[in-house]
Formats: sequence, structure tokens, C-alpha cells
Amino acid sequence: MSTVTKADPATPAGSANPLSRRRPLGDRGFQLLALSAGLLVLVILVLITITTAQQSTTWFAGGFKDIFQISFDGNTHFGAMGVLYGTVISSVIGVIVGVPVSIGIAMLLTQVVPARWARPFVYVIDLLAVVPSVVWGLWGIIVLVPWLQKIYLHVASGVKGIPVLDALFGGSAVGGASFFTAGLILAIMITPIITSLSREVIATVPDIDKEGAYALGATRWEMIRGAVWPHSQGGVTGAILVGFGRALGETIAVALVIGDSVEVTPHLFYSGHSIAAIIALQFGEAAGGEYRSALIGLGLFLFVLTILVNLVARWFVERSARRARGE
Amino acid sequence: MMAAASDPLAQAVDLREPSGWRRSKNQIMTAGMWLAFVIVLIPLGFVLVTLIAKGADAISWQFLTNSTIPPNVLPLGVDGMGAAVVGTLEITGFAALLAIPLGVLGAVYLNEYGGNGILARLISFMSSVMTGVPSIVMGLFIYIIWVLHFGYSGMAGSFALACLMLPIVIRSSYEMLRLVPDSLRQGSYALGATKARVTLTVVLPAALSGIVSGALLAVARAAGETAPLIFTILTVEQTNPNLFSGPDTSLPLQIFSNAQSAYVGANARAWGAALTLVAITFILMIVARIITALFTRNTR
Repeated sequence: MSTVTKADPATPAGSANPLSRRRPLGDRGFQLLALSAGLLVLVILVLITITTAQQSTTWFAGGFKDIFQISFDGNTHFGAMGVLYGTVISSVIGVIVGVPVSIGIAMLLTQVVPARWARPFVYVIDLLAVVPSVVWGLWGIIVLVPWLQKIYLHVASGVKGIPVLDALFGGSAVGGASFFTAGLILAIMITPIITSLSREVIATVPDIDKEGAYALGATRWEMIRGAVWPHSQGGVTGAILVGFGRALGETIAVALVIGDSVEVTPHLFYSGHSIAAIIALQFGEAAGGEYRSALIGLGLFLFVLTILVNLVARWFVERSARRARGE
Repeated sequence: MMAAASDPLAQAVDLREPSGWRRSKNQIMTAGMWLAFVIVLIPLGFVLVTLIAKGADAISWQFLTNSTIPPNVLPLGVDGMGAAVVGTLEITGFAALLAIPLGVLGAVYLNEYGGNGILARLISFMSSVMTGVPSIVMGLFIYIIWVLHFGYSGMAGSFALACLMLPIVIRSSYEMLRLVPDSLRQGSYALGATKARVTLTVVLPAALSGIVSGALLAVARAAGETAPLIFTILTVEQTNPNLFSGPDTSLPLQIFSNAQSAYVGANARAWGAALTLVAITFILMIVARIITALFTRNTR
């Protein structure tokens, strides 16, 4: 460690080198305290992996045949595929419905509404994020599900006999609590995070690019297509993935509206199940043995899945932030 | 474009107004963006109106203070959510007490000590990844490392919520610390202050309003979490004044169990509890906004 303080442009917080080697004990103690608080993040992530893996060994001992099956009945079948299917399908529906809306709002707030009026709009979108998951679930099961059931029945009778649509939206067991309802609730719940991350990315588009587009005679939409979108594409992709990760792990709202039956079916209006929902709903009755072990194993599965999605997502976001700074 | 410039007739075209199709496309797309906003307003308005309409019927002093009952056949007006209100305040409060100091310290490490080092970059990146870890996983984690050994308690719930809040507090505090101008630090170093002293007496106070409002938003999010509490506090009906031992209860858990019930009275109680919970989170959010607004005016 050098005894001369030198200006280090790489550390905006100032040089980390003290003026003298002998720093007071309190000073070093504080640094150690801060370091351990930072390390706590890594420690928790590693501990989650180790402890859940240990607790789910009974399930893993059953081998691939046990895990790679659809049925999960809490008795003899502990398959992960059925619940995984429900998790992915409902999250994909959530993304398909939520993303156009989120990007539309992000563009509206950054390109259309004048900056000084954007604040109240942002507060309204943030309100969506403050309504707790369980309240969306309560509203979903008591208000939305009975109402959607009628619509689903109409749609199902309407698409009868049409090749692809009948497989997706038809069927005889159509119900209000279904993959699709869970997807709609997820779409509402992931909109605030996708909107706010996209807004941050879009805000980094240099004014000179936008003015250049206008100077060439572009309309606002052409400016968005030609100047804003190419610049923010990567960051918005990251924002969408963060939203997808949230949807995968969303528990209580999905548990209340997805219908509580493990199934793999193309019918989106049928009831299903998700990884997070089955853990929340069945953990209490799983007294021990392979049942509890399987539920914890599913938790580990969900953890690894969301970590991977978020790693890719954050990589996209950070890369676009670096590019915006011109590195 | 080149052809247009060389064509004398093209100069007669009105340059200010784009041609019809391009203009309509622009208008359609702008209308689409407004439509996206309206689409979001519909469920939000719908849920808030239902919440207030159904929740207001349930809420009374008796509802907020009387002991809680299981989601059964009893009609509204018999007992209330007292135990859950106490539980929510205790558990979330203790979680905040754990997570906010640790989160701020972590952010201090990232911004004041870590610099551009590999460890600081790793922690910074992983803390943003950790904000995406599902809350239910945090619940399972605390169940395994704490509840299996020491039993259910409100404190175990606080641990799970603190794990959720930690990365959020780190990220928001870090963003605020980055905004503190370097000249403040350099001025204090010039006076001979140690790094710890500079951080505690100059940097942190300068970023305080942002840190506090970020922390309050994290608390508001944690207060509404249900999934991590299922495995950590169980659910009971009586008020448990002891945070550190014995099963506890909270508003989100009561909403969850009452929402699954088939009885009208239980559903009504769920709406009442939901309105109480949303009111608590909204109050926290409004306080956060006021703090931000007050302090930004003072520093200007």
C-alpha cells in the first residue's frame, strides 16, 4: 500500500489509500464492519444453495425418473415437470401481456409526457408495486375469477372446432382459476418493475441522437424507432428478463388464482399449478420424508432458475449502462 | 432523399408536416402509448375501489384491536384482526431494524471502500441479482437454518423479511451514496478526518434523505410479503406479544387464509385486513415521499 495519496479516477469515492499506514483501530473496525455487511449478500446466497440442497437429498436420491415426471400428488409421485410447466406458461403469458404495456408506458413517460408532468404518472405506476401480492390474489379469486369464468366460457364455445385456437382456448374443463388468469395477474404485477427499469435505460439515450432524428424530419414515432429503440434495446431486454424472473417466483397471488391442480395441457383456461404456489399451499401438510424434501428441492430448483434469469438480465442492463456511459 | 433534393418539385412539399400516412402512424402509436397507461389504470382502479368499498365495511375499532379468529362461518362483527396488526408491526419493524443498518453498511462498503475492485463489483452485481430471488425461497432458507433448530417465532419471520430487504436497501443506498459530491469527502480529509469519520459525519448525512426514503419503500414491500412468513411464523389466532418465541400471525397470512375460505364472513374479514395492510404500506410510502421532498428542498 502506497503512503502517498494519489488521485485515482477509477474510484469516484476518492482514494482508498490513507495518508498514513497507522490508521486508528476504530477506522479499521468500521471498514471491517462495512466489508462484512457487503459479504453478507454472498454468504446468504451460498447458504441458500447449500442448505436447500442438503434438505432435498431424499428427493434427489429418487433419481431422474422421480424428478422428471409430471405428477406431484404428495404421496408416491413427486415430479417437477408439471409444476415447472405451470410456472413457465403462466410467466410467459404474464410477459406477453405485460411487456407491450410496460414499454408503451415507459415510452410515454420519457418521450411524450413533458418531464415536469411525468412525476404523478410515475407515482400511479408505483402504486401497482405497493399493492401486496396477497391483495392481488384476494381480488383475483373473489372478483376477477368469477368474472373471467364467464368470458372464458364464451371464448371456449366460440373457438370450438378451430384447429389451434381450440387447443389453446377451448376444452371442456374451462374454469376461472387457470394458467391464463395467473398470467394476467402476473402481467399486472410485473408491469411496474419493467416500466421503471426501461425508463432508466431509455433516459440514457443522448439528446443529440433524438434531435438528429427530428432534424432529419422524423415524426416522434420514427424518432423512437430510429434513435431511442436501437439505443435502449439491450437494456429493455434486461428489464423484461427481470420481470420474467419476478413472474417465475411470484407465489401468493398465483397460488390463489391458478387452480391448484398439477397438469400439463395446452389448454390455457384449465387449472394448473406452479412451483412457488405448490410449496406455499402444501408445505404445511408435508410432515416430512420425501414430500417435504421434494418441496424444498422444488424451492432450490426455483432459486437456481431465478438466479440464472436474473444473472442474464443484469448482464444486459449493466452492459447497456456501460455503453451509455461510453465505455 | 438525394432524389428529392435534386427534384425542384420536392421543394414545394411542406417540410413541417410529415405526409399523411407517416403522420397517422405517429398518431396511432402515440394513442397506443396512452392506451397502455389506461390499461394499467383499469385493474389498479378496480382493485382499489373494491378494496375500499369492501374493506371499509369491515373496519372498525373492534376489528383492528380484537383477537383474531380462524377463517370460519362466523359473520363479520365477531372479533377482528388485532393479533395480526400487532404481529405485522412487530415482525416488519424488527426486520427493518436488522436489514436497514446492514444494508446501509453494505452500500458504504461498495461506494466508499470497494472502489472498482473485483470483490466490490461482485457484491454489487450479486446484490442486484439477489433482489430477484423469490420471497418464498427466503422463507424456506430461514425455515431450514432457524425454524428447524429453534422453532417458529415472529423473529424467524423478521429474519426472512430482512433477507428480502437487504439487497433492496443496499441498492437504493448505494445509488444515493454515489450522488454525494467528492468535494465533500476531500474537504473533510483535508481537515485530517479518518475515513470512518468522514463517512459517518459527512457522507451519510448528505445522502440521508435518499437512504431513508429507499429504506421505507423496502419496508413497505416487506410488510406485504406473505410467502416467507408461511414457513417461519406459522399462524395463530391470539396476539403473541413475544416476538422471540412461539408462533405468531400477521395481516398477509390472515388475508391468505381468509381468501381461501368459502364463508362470506371470512372473505369480508380478508377485505378488512387487506385494506388495513394497504393503508400501512401507503402510509410508509407517503412518508418516504414527504421525506424526499422535504430534504431535497432543504439542500437546494
